Amino acid sequence: MNTFEYFSVKNVKEACTLLSEYGEEAKLLAGGQALLNLMRERLVSPSFIVDIKGLSDFDYIRYDEETGLRIGALTTHRSLEKSDVVREKFAMLAEMEMTLASVAIRNWGTVGGNLCHADPASDLAPSLMALGAEVTLTGVDGERVLNLNDFFVDYFETKLRSDEVLTEIHVPIRGLGGGAYMKFAARATDLPVVGVATYIVLDRENRDVCKDIRIVMGSVGPRPLRSKRAEDILRGQAITDKGIEEAARLSSIDAQPVTDINGSEEFKREIVKVLVKRTIRKAVGRARTL
Amino acid sequence: METLTLTINGEKVESLIEPNMTLQEFLHDTLGMTGTKKGCGSGLCGCCTVLVDGMAVKSCLILAMQVRGRNIRTIEGLAQGEKLDPVQEAFIENAAIQCGFCSPGMIMASKALLEESPNPSEEDVRMALSGNLCRCTGYHKIVKAVLSASEKYRQAQA
Repeated sequence: MNTFEYFSVKNVKEACTLLSEYGEEAKLLAGGQALLNLMRERLVSPSFIVDIKGLSDFDYIRYDEETGLRIGALTTHRSLEKSDVVREKFAMLAEMEMTLASVAIRNWGTVGGNLCHADPASDLAPSLMALGAEVTLTGVDGERVLNLNDFFVDYFETKLRSDEVLTEIHVPIRGLGGGAYMKFAARATDLPVVGVATYIVLDRENRDVCKDIRIVMGSVGPRPLRSKRAEDILRGQAITDKGIEEAARLSSIDAQPVTDINGSEEFKREIVKVLVKRTIRKAVGRARTL
Repeated sequence: METLTLTINGEKVESLIEPNMTLQEFLHDTLGMTGTKKGCGSGLCGCCTVLVDGMAVKSCLILAMQVRGRNIRTIEGLAQGEKLDPVQEAFIENAAIQCGFCSPGMIMASKALLEESPNPSEEDVRMALSGNLCRCTGYHKIVKAVLSASEKYRQAQA
């Protein structure tokens, strides 16, 4: 790891100012569970490290019926996993966290850090995207809010400006729904080879009809991909096996997997099909209990 | 150089370090506490597992500067003089140690689990230790040792 000048900031403003001053030569450090590996491998060599792990003001999980779920960017994965309100209202997120890396990584790594690292194989990103999450980005000039759909640009690249800090994740509530996250991986602590997050809202009157659905595929493209064609054929329709099969088929075509050590492109497309079917069924089951 | 002050196994420690030093390097290389090992150096194998304020963490993946002022517990701090911790006893009794390289990490991760969940299921144990790799034992006896240790703790409470 290269030597660097180290700053431990007391507030976000200080962080933004330092980032603004040092630009591309500075990197934010939250949990460092991704960054430290990149630095150790010399893939990045920042001359300035701005440590924001100590900003406890951004370590929170808040929920109310009106505005939904708000998660501070410095909340650890473990906090999300263990949170009573997350387990009760957003079971998909708690379940996803249980499959994310290992306990020790989850104890120190942060949700904001995971999103900003923008690994296309992230477990967290597709799950939050399926929930329609938006993120608050705070810079020297103020705040802006982006839907997570628009936040990811490419492999390890987001719309975060060089002076900005991701400060909050917001999951708005738009109707009661059920979600499910499933991943295919060789070992328990692995990133997904293929990951799928599905969130479905059923019609209030007729619980056999899908009012709205989001299907997000992770690890099969340069960023998490919304399976829009699959969503479109299910939205507003009665939920049938035929519909689910077709949604899965469309998802497997719209995914953009790359052949690598974890499997061929064809293999990954098949896994997409399976996981889309399974997550839809599980999400529907969850939604029906409400 | 930065000043690092923290508590390790109950003792206050102060040192001047380069900020690019990981907690594992600080413990192992600077302080000579060789129980906390660098296996993979990338947060996957768990040989570097220590407790920070009771939480199991991968010390090879944390800058030492990030744990200023915190309470660190390492394998060296478990035994009280000659008296072994019940987890250590259980590992020995259940032949859960072969080469011993993974053992400090396994034991610290187990300790964190048992302090949080005094009555874990086998599934709970396997999940808690999923971040600790062992090339020798096949894990079966390690899991058995942790369940045995939880039994020891429960008996001590009774």
